[in-house]
Amino acid sequence: MFGKKVNSRILFICLLLFSLILTTYIIFKALEENVVYFKSPSEVKNISELEIKKKIRIGGMVKNNSIKSYSDYISFTITDFKNEINVTYSGSIPNLFSEGKGVVAEGILRDNNYFIASKILAKHDENYMPPNDNNLNNNK
Amino acid sequence: MFKNINPSTVFPIINSIFKILFILFIFVLIIGLVEALYLSPKDYIQGHSVRIMYVHVPAAWISLGTFGSIGFLSLFNFIFKNKNFSLIAKSFAPSGLVLCIIALVTGSIWGKPTWGTWWAWDARITSMLLLCIFYILYILTWNVFEKNSNKEKISSIIAIIGMINLPIIKFSVEWWNTLHQNSTVKILSESSIHPSMLLPLLIMTFAFILFTLLIFLMKYKVEVIKFKKKGLERL
Repeated sequence: MFGKKVNSRILFICLLLFSLILTTYIIFKALEENVVYFKSPSEVKNISELEIKKKIRIGGMVKNNSIKSYSDYISFTITDFKNEINVTYSGSIPNLFSEGKGVVAEGILRDNNYFIASKILAKHDENYMPPNDNNLNNNK
Repeated sequence: MFKNINPSTVFPIINSIFKILFILFIFVLIIGLVEALYLSPKDYIQGHSVRIMYVHVPAAWISLGTFGSIGFLSLFNFIFKNKNFSLIAKSFAPSGLVLCIIALVTGSIWGKPTWGTWWAWDARITSMLLLCIFYILYILTWNVFEKNSNKEKISSIIAIIGMINLPIIKFSVEWWNTLHQNSTVKILSESSIHPSMLLPLLIMTFAFILFTLLIFLMKYKVEVIKFKKKGLERL
């Protein structure tokens, strides 16, 4: 179809792309632990004693009716609807942090059920809509 | 092959459509901004900070699209050795880089009030930063190397390698747990955004596309002149 030189260049590019994609795939497979930004409560359950002192992030939904405020800290429960983990935290709270919404907590695991957070981030979902969907005109 | 898109035939067309595009751009941008900043409702959780989306999302989309174009043009240039492809690819790079930086900066500004942090090393944000680095590398290869070296070939290879990053950016939110939320606007299934917010988003996207085209045409014109008159390297 094309000239000999063009064909050889097409072959070169195909091989280059193929090998690069393979390399990237292998690298990401090997680094999967680090690419993942947070662990779910179910994954945290399987963490062995040895890894417990390390700083990790866990993420999931804040369980309904689980946020309790005390004088200098708050406690809440992160759930992925299979497993749960209790978290305590003291510090400033992002605006979007509330029950039934996503959260990512960074901190140290005390045991497989109890997590001390040093930082919490709110994770919001991909849904966007006006406050009152029924009467749009009032909210312009 | 590809005889029809050589610079001499394209050049007169650029001049005539530039003005029309410019007027259209101003018009669309004004409608888009009024729609995005004033007429569209606030979000049910995020409130007014959702308006950052109308800049953040189009900028991110188009910087991805631009790099895709650069990648494919470089691929064709590498295979068919048509100088015009590399001129077009080179002219796309500056606006792509600017939009990529806009996406990163507005994302950071948006992240503070919603997530509670300026920056997180999650997969989406890191791969977007990598795209920014690829843009810078691509532009640098055109400017750093000596006059007669094979910078055309080197920049093409960089763009082709960088293309592998594009699906990683797109699917990073689905493949891994990330702080960044999933994609809202989907082509194949129903989008999870209210129509009153989708409209300004699409108008702003159109405005950004026009902006990218305008910058592209300006840059391409300069590149063609440089190519025709080889002495004008410093232009």
